[in-house]
Amino acid sequence: MREINYGQAISEAMHEEMVRDGSVIILGEDMGVMGSVFGLTKGFMDEFGAHRVIDTPISEAGFTGMAVGAAMRGLRPIVELMYVDFAPICLDPIVNQAAKMRYMTGGQVKVPLVIRAPGGAGRRNAGQHSQSLEALFTHIPGLKVVAPATPYDAKGLLKSAIREDDPVMFLEHKILYAQKGEVPETEYLIPLGKADVKRQGKDVTIIAYSRQVVFALEAAKELAAQGIEAEVIDLRTLVPLDWETIETSVKKTHRVVVVQEAVKRGGYAGEIATQIMENAFDELDAPVKRVAGLNVVLPFSPALEDAAYPSAKDIVAGVRDVVK
Amino acid sequence: MDGQTAMKFLREMLKIRYFELKAAELFMQGLMAGNIHTCAGQEAAEVGACQALRETDFITSTHRGHGHCIAKGGQVDIMMAELFGKATGYCKGKGGSMHIVDVGLGILGANGIVGAGIPIATGSALASKIRGADEVTLAFFGDAASNQGSFHEALNMASAWKLPCVFVCENNKYGVSVCIDRVCNVEDIATRAVAYNIPGVVVDGNDVFEVYEAVKTAVERARSGEGPSLVECKTYRHRGHYEGDPQIYKTPEEVGYWKDRDPILRLRQKMTDANLATVVELDVLEAEVKAEIEAAVEFAKQSPYPAVDQVTMDVYANDNERSVIR
Repeated sequence: MREINYGQAISEAMHEEMVRDGSVIILGEDMGVMGSVFGLTKGFMDEFGAHRVIDTPISEAGFTGMAVGAAMRGLRPIVELMYVDFAPICLDPIVNQAAKMRYMTGGQVKVPLVIRAPGGAGRRNAGQHSQSLEALFTHIPGLKVVAPATPYDAKGLLKSAIREDDPVMFLEHKILYAQKGEVPETEYLIPLGKADVKRQGKDVTIIAYSRQVVFALEAAKELAAQGIEAEVIDLRTLVPLDWETIETSVKKTHRVVVVQEAVKRGGYAGEIATQIMENAFDELDAPVKRVAGLNVVLPFSPALEDAAYPSAKDIVAGVRDVVK
Repeated sequence: MDGQTAMKFLREMLKIRYFELKAAELFMQGLMAGNIHTCAGQEAAEVGACQALRETDFITSTHRGHGHCIAKGGQVDIMMAELFGKATGYCKGKGGSMHIVDVGLGILGANGIVGAGIPIATGSALASKIRGADEVTLAFFGDAASNQGSFHEALNMASAWKLPCVFVCENNKYGVSVCIDRVCNVEDIATRAVAYNIPGVVVDGNDVFEVYEAVKTAVERARSGEGPSLVECKTYRHRGHYEGDPQIYKTPEEVGYWKDRDPILRLRQKMTDANLATVVELDVLEAEVKAEIEAAVEFAKQSPYPAVDQVTMDVYANDNERSVIR
């Protein structure tokens, strides 16, 4: 099968959906003439026109709010926030408007909006361009949250997200953009809310999403050399959560490590760990372990940044804590 | 001004006034939960602006939104039921006073966040423009909202892209308790239009025909593709920010000044002076409107509360149950 990178997969997903559905538009900074800072919409403006691929001013709260209005009127806007770190600038349209509109209006309104936002550390971009903010969004009823780890998943999930009638936070990882993987040329969709078991194992379950899936698979390889067979679950979608896949694996391995790049305190890994303890406590042979980022601002210096979030080595150590 | 039009305008204004007075009365009796923000005194701005729109046009509204919804065709019985938190309300009791929406009537929503409706209106205008439809979207907001960043961002983009929208500022002088002249260094909010290179006009917001004419000009400009305008209606809210507000920030002189300029009394006076209606005809009209409001209250009172199982419904359009449970 052909291989393309994660960025190309996202680009293809947007392109295919724009061809398929004239109500899909793209709004964001540098999306038109430049083709986005990560090159994901190169050529789109020429092909679809400046009215569908809109170069916005640097005005995140304004254009995200506009996208909510356009979505309420039946368009399917894809907003790009150049970095997820800019989401706090526009939390009102995301949290108070898009997320709540359907419920507050008694189901009258749909908000078919996708907000794509690259996040993640590892590019030496320091504190305001490196965060993993998924917990802000998983906390908000009304939002769906997707965080793919592979090109295949990114493409299939983004196409589904664009067709969703709910607002979707589509969280990409900047380091993954160049990561290659098999992606078929024929069209496919991946439904939201389905996890993927990326590796089978019997001794321990590692639950991860986004870039940490890559590290979890590396860790599993290392653990196998030590005689521990780890099962790696890639959640892919954080809301809705695929509980069935988690439960099946916990019943098989009885030991769980939940991994996130985001800072540990208040993170989504804690939510998953709690759900496992509330619903599958009797299956556990050890307390659920979290492997997560330090509770710090992401630092600039490579010497410091690499110490601030988990690597494969940390996941191996985490697994060794629960498998003794 | 012809008699029929004047009667139509007055009917809408009275409907708002009596809806608000009734809602306030019921609220103080403890029949409504939460909070309500009434717009008595601002009826001319709301009716004048909405009368300049077509049925197929859109509006966004504010936390003080009952008048906008009524002026755009909202049904007072369904609105009242929503204020009571009943299942028959516009939002099945899930939104209450600050979230009334009727997309079919072009009401894209009241909003509990000051200034949040302005970008939503602008996005609606963008949708019309992208589709090549000739609808106009009108954003209502207050003087205080014009100090929010959302005002600037939306007006900037609307003017840069010549979007078919009209920005109507009801300047009622106060953001909760703070007088606008204490937190803003321009006399008129409309002056800010200069910054976006769009028309900005100030009108007597208590003169329904003056508002109507100014908004009509702005709507025509928007519909013809020339872009947005900012219309500032100078008006006054007769009541508190919320029901029960002691209003210590207002002086008796100021309240008296604006009472003399009550938009409904002025329109009545104008109509009788110009022999467009007799006092008796106007009294009959008032009685009809009052009866309509009483019927709305009765409908709301008789309506059932939503079933408790509705609490988890409609958070999501797809896959709701699974998305809510975890």
